[in-house]
Amino acid sequence: MTDVLLDITNVVVDYPIKGFRKEPFRALKGVSLDIRPGETVGLVGESGSGKTTLGRAVLGLAPVTSGSILYRGKDIAHLSRGERLALSSEIQVVFQDPYTSLNPSLTIEQILVEPLTVRKVSQRDASKRVRDLLDQVGLPTSAADRLPREFSGGQRQRIAIARALALEPRLIVCDEPVSALDLSTQARVLELFKEIQERTGVAYLFVSHDLAVVRSLSHRVAVMYHGEIVEWGDADQVTARPEHPYTQRLFLAAPVPDPVRQEQRRADRQRLLAVQAEQNLQAGVL
Amino acid sequence: MTQAMPLQGPTLTVAEEERSARISLFRRLLKNPSGLVAMIFLALIVLSAILAGVITSADPNAASLQDVLAHASAAHPLGADSAGRDVLARLLYGSRFSLAGALVTLVVAAVIGVTSGLIAGYFGRWFDSVSSWVAGLVMALPGFVVLLAARAVLGPSMWLAMGIFGVLISPAFFRLVYASVSAVRNELYVDAARVSGLSDARIIARHIFTVVRAPIIIQAAMITGIAIAIQAGLEFLGLGDTNVPSWGSMLNDGFANIYKNPTLLLWPALAIALTSVALTLLANAMRDELERSSGSKKRRGATKRAQVLVEHELVVSHPDDARTEAALGEELLRITDLAVGYDQADGSVTTVVNDVSLVVRRGEVHGLIGESGSGKTQTAWSILRLLPDGGRVVGGSIFFEGKDLAKASEKEMTALRGKKIAYIPQEPMSNLDASFTIGSQLVEPMRVCLGLSKKEATARALQLLARVGIPNPERTFTAYPHEVSGGMAQRVLIAGAVSCNPDLLIADEPTTALDVTVQAEVLDLLRELQSELTMGVVLVTHNFGVVADLCDRVSVMRNGRIVETGPVRTIFAQPEHPYTQSLFEAILEDGDAREPLQDTPSVETIVLETIGKGASK
Amino acid sequence: MIRFILRRLLSGVILIFVISTVAYLLLYLGGGDIARRILGQSATAATVAQKAHALGLDQPLFVQYGQWLSHAVTGSLGSSWFTSQPVTAAITSRLSVTLSLVIGATIISAIVSVILGVLAATRRGWVDRVVQIFTILGFAIPGFLVALALVTVFAIDLKIFKPTGFVQFATSPGGWAATVTLPIIALALGGIAGVTQQIRGSVIDALRQDYVRTLRSRGLSNTRVVYKHVLRNAGGPALAILAVQFVGLFGGAVIIEQIFAIPGLGQVAVIATTQGDIPLVMGLVVATAIIVVVVNLIIDLLQGFLNPKVRLS
Repeated sequence: MTDVLLDITNVVVDYPIKGFRKEPFRALKGVSLDIRPGETVGLVGESGSGKTTLGRAVLGLAPVTSGSILYRGKDIAHLSRGERLALSSEIQVVFQDPYTSLNPSLTIEQILVEPLTVRKVSQRDASKRVRDLLDQVGLPTSAADRLPREFSGGQRQRIAIARALALEPRLIVCDEPVSALDLSTQARVLELFKEIQERTGVAYLFVSHDLAVVRSLSHRVAVMYHGEIVEWGDADQVTARPEHPYTQRLFLAAPVPDPVRQEQRRADRQRLLAVQAEQNLQAGVL
Repeated sequence: MTQAMPLQGPTLTVAEEERSARISLFRRLLKNPSGLVAMIFLALIVLSAILAGVITSADPNAASLQDVLAHASAAHPLGADSAGRDVLARLLYGSRFSLAGALVTLVVAAVIGVTSGLIAGYFGRWFDSVSSWVAGLVMALPGFVVLLAARAVLGPSMWLAMGIFGVLISPAFFRLVYASVSAVRNELYVDAARVSGLSDARIIARHIFTVVRAPIIIQAAMITGIAIAIQAGLEFLGLGDTNVPSWGSMLNDGFANIYKNPTLLLWPALAIALTSVALTLLANAMRDELERSSGSKKRRGATKRAQVLVEHELVVSHPDDARTEAALGEELLRITDLAVGYDQADGSVTTVVNDVSLVVRRGEVHGLIGESGSGKTQTAWSILRLLPDGGRVVGGSIFFEGKDLAKASEKEMTALRGKKIAYIPQEPMSNLDASFTIGSQLVEPMRVCLGLSKKEATARALQLLARVGIPNPERTFTAYPHEVSGGMAQRVLIAGAVSCNPDLLIADEPTTALDVTVQAEVLDLLRELQSELTMGVVLVTHNFGVVADLCDRVSVMRNGRIVETGPVRTIFAQPEHPYTQSLFEAILEDGDAREPLQDTPSVETIVLETIGKGASK
Repeated sequence: MIRFILRRLLSGVILIFVISTVAYLLLYLGGGDIARRILGQSATAATVAQKAHALGLDQPLFVQYGQWLSHAVTGSLGSSWFTSQPVTAAITSRLSVTLSLVIGATIISAIVSVILGVLAATRRGWVDRVVQIFTILGFAIPGFLVALALVTVFAIDLKIFKPTGFVQFATSPGGWAATVTLPIIALALGGIAGVTQQIRGSVIDALRQDYVRTLRSRGLSNTRVVYKHVLRNAGGPALAILAVQFVGLFGGAVIIEQIFAIPGLGQVAVIATTQGDIPLVMGLVVATAIIVVVVNLIIDLLQGFLNPKVRLS
């Protein structure tokens, strides 16, 4: 099927370790994944699982040792700066920390215009576009000449989303975009992501440690563990009826916000751990 | 679904001080008293250097035998030196050479230091290691001795000496620029600029130079001061160019005649000292102004948002249910109408917690849940009386074992902490002292609180480490904090908290920094320890799952107040306060997963077609 | 730990080698016709050539350098061109005088700045403001101006101390104290200012760290946390500044010795510089480089003691 936007095959990423003749650290051990246009693929895992690295590899910010990342059939794993520039209107990013992803000394307008200037958009068109973008993410146009620090975390994240939308990309890599936000803000920002997707048909590679967040937004979900994808499939399947032992552990470890059901889940988890320990023991014996 | 989102949350209010952040550093310096004085003085020095020929008609180098050591007169307003030269003229012309010499140093140092710092900091790789090594080497050189050596070889040229000094001091610029650039290079906004396709040159000009500009200016002021002092020092030693009138050579002359005419020493000394002080004051004023406006650097949690506190709010209070009634133990902690405030610079007090009342019984876990800035952590810290600088309990009472902690002395509090009331923090790594072994950080409090010997305390620490599920207690005991994982570090902190068998445990987001699977284990551990020691627990969290897992009773906080409180099952089943209800609605756990994407609908294809215009070019 | 020390030692040796090479090249290349400068304008070409031959100046540069280096390794740095005194002897005889000033000033600035820095950081308020003003002035005003002021007030006007001269400690401890007090104060002031500022800053910084709250929550008193935990964490950066100050003090000592007429290395340095006595200047550069390396090694070891991360990496 030609209708694949991004096709990741056997991607390996090694980070060099400082020091003479040290073995590099293998952050991704051959990861494969695909994203269709307009689709959200959720990437779930704990710290050190390699989920952020995969997002950065797609963005050209992590060194790909081997494997391929095909964007509409073209390998983008090793692009020069110039080729990346051409791709910047196709693939964009929203980072986790809304406090460091915006330069504190630039106004919102300067931040939003930045990607446009690279495209040689005229100053007047750019200003118009900025107002349009702010409108799209639900911020008043008066926000344009303020500084990032005047906004709350949720509002900053809206600004970061507006920046990502500036060039009308087809794919946005979202690296934990709601983990730093409060519960109610988180729900509103997730709604915004959905609304934008339904309106523009953009695809998301949505990286998060939170199974519930990923479940609410993703069409398909991949679970990462120690640099590998251990489970990959439709969102409901992976997040409600996981098959891989790790995903099962992950699923039962997250406390459910209901005292009665949580008591049940706690018991389920203990049982699962006991069963898995038993299996491991037998595997060890064999 | 597609309707525009209503903008809730804090409205966009812009405080005056925030607006002023955009006003240039220079304008702000004019409002800073010491900065203003320093700038006026320096401007006068520069002016007098430029206008030396206008202010005095005397030739600074014209010696006159009649005027040797002459006192102040119309012809010589400040007298004359040992060769009969006019002191005022020498002072004015001297400032020319002092400033010009300092300028040479500054330019050389800035050009070498800033460019190499930018390159090494931004591009890194081999240039990074080489230039850092060279900078370290140059910094290790005894600068003054090198200057003497250069003078020995190259002769008495002031310009050359100051140029060499510029090279010697350039690591000061290099290190500064290097440090800030390599910090900024990894900021997410620089990554975002890269993804937007900005070239390196533009990223440096736009994102990096704006950050290092101000520190460079500050450093420049410092280096100018040092250069003036060094130059004067060389000339004072008689190693300068004797044809050039300068402050240093005047000092030399004055010192030689200190018994005959001490004022000869006074004028150049004053000139050098005041210029140096003015430059230092200017640098300090700039730093103060910059620090004042850099509030944005503080991250979440550290930001104290000024809050509009609701004057009075109805607290929805649910009665005990069967479960909580059955578990009723003795009352441990009773907080009544607690208010916590922070002293502001203008003398006023900003209140961040108001009218908070709660009771914790033995064996009960009381959850405090709320979003950031709701005052839950402030409440927890005020029980321990460990609020950050400027914070204090400004109203209400905190009764623990019959004593009001709000009024207890620091000594009484020290006696209670650890032994009766213990604390588990949020971030495992930053809450261990990196310079001491894990073992010593466990042993030290036990020796103080329980009066154990070192051997007894060590034995107990090892027991505790084993109890909290650390696989190899002996190894962890001798390890330093950076050698263990976050989950292990949190277990160590829990071990430390329960080490003196406390009655009350204050746990501030104890699992927030942990991965989900580790969180589940730590929650299990906390539950076990709580029932083992029948502690009362105040659990601060923003996670309803954690509340559901661990708490018997929960209080929901907003804007520094409790809005709803009661047994955990009641609140989860029938939340009454609108705010609590809105929080429950925001929970994602129970929502449906998204359906798999259907075959690309035609609408989307059209949208994609229009968006794709740029790519096909 | 041993590897750590060896690595530092090796980099120190490289440092000394690089400094001496650069200094050698600079001094000899820029020196012009050295034999002529020593003998003066009246000397005949023949005697100049003879002198040049005697000094080995007619040989290729790298041969000269090789000879200098092979002698240097055995501890011989040649002889002064003007007094013919061996350089090593000229330096060692003066070294103890300068070292007593520099080490005295370092010890005093370390002690005073810990006290002032911790006071300013923990008390804040007016104590902090006074310390701040003091450090700004101490940093801004060059040490030799302070020295001049001290001489004028205490030695010339009040006649409490001797204005000039130096008495060996062995000869008369009282006399020694009377002659070194003012110079040491003048030298130490700048260092006190810098190190105090650093300690104040890093103590304030350390007090804001999370672990301070946690340690206090375990029942440790504030004083105990400050003096055991905070100060140890603040010590690293302060030591680094102290090391830089120590190196700087050798420069300061040159001027201070001149003002107080103390027969230390500084005096030798000034005389050698004005005369263009290159072997002597060269010896001074090498001697100070060695001192710098030794001091940095000591500081590094102390750093390793204070901060386990340094030690283990």
